[in-house]
Amino acid sequence: MIEVLAMGGDGAYVWSAYGITLAVLAGNVWAARRRRQAALERARASGGAERPRRRPTVRQLQ
Amino acid sequence: MKLPRWFHQLGSPPYVYRLAERLSPWLGWSGCLLIAVGALWGLFGAPPDFRQGEVYRIIYIHPQTSYVGMMAYVVMAVAGAVGFIWRIKLAHAVAVSAAPIGASFVLCSLITGAIWGRPTWGTYWEWGDPRIMSQTLLLFLFLGYLALRASFEDRDKADRVSAILAVVGVVNIPIIHYSVEWWNSLHQGPSITRLDEPAIHASMLVPFLIMVAGFTFFFYWLLLNRLQGEIVERERDARWVQELVSGGRP
Repeated sequence: MIEVLAMGGDGAYVWSAYGITLAVLAGNVWAARRRRQAALERARASGGAERPRRRPTVRQLQ
Repeated sequence: MKLPRWFHQLGSPPYVYRLAERLSPWLGWSGCLLIAVGALWGLFGAPPDFRQGEVYRIIYIHPQTSYVGMMAYVVMAVAGAVGFIWRIKLAHAVAVSAAPIGASFVLCSLITGAIWGRPTWGTYWEWGDPRIMSQTLLLFLFLGYLALRASFEDRDKADRVSAILAVVGVVNIPIIHYSVEWWNSLHQGPSITRLDEPAIHASMLVPFLIMVAGFTFFFYWLLLNRLQGEIVERERDARWVQELVSGGRP
């Protein structure tokens, strides 16, 4: 097992490359999710404040 | 000429948001699964290389990250051009979403390439190597694109100006690809995308291609996630977004 992980003495190169790539993949997922969540939060907070005014519907007038 | 219905639908933010919602789990899970299988296969299943020994196993991640970085750039440039020419805001949202993903993958490819270079070329970095330099330029194109956008207060203006930069910079993509053929480079030539048969044995080629597919799905999964955020950001006060955040279906 240890021998397999040592990668013939090049383990430091192989594992650091794989580790960094994994970190980039995971970081991308985290960043994308966080950004979407933040956008939804801002939309909620804004509550449609800047929505262009539409003419009121008949139901609203009643 | 009458354009098909789906063409118009792809310009509609709520439609695309919902489409992304539906496609995301498929892309995400298949991407993760393929990457897991490909990594295990590449690390433990594939045979060692007869010249490089075990360190060659970086081949299952390094070219894939480079390729995703280049694909992200092409997506960004094409989407930017579509947005610029036909004034489709959604296309600009796609372009913006691709940029940070592409930048991170290009950076990753430069780092994994440096790590691979040390034991095989005897150096982490070689100034003047055409492949390293054109790939570094790609990183700076992404960063320049993002910096340029950030310098505009007005989003429409940022969309249009940054699209021009993206389209102009696309000339770098074939330069990256052919850099190892046109100039003397430490970097090896293409071994997969050759016109004749690939110069690598099937026992290595299969996990390699699994990783290519996995990274591709993973990229589009990330892109859709970012695109959803970008759409919500741009459509914040639209009725469908307000219905979405107040608990209704989009």
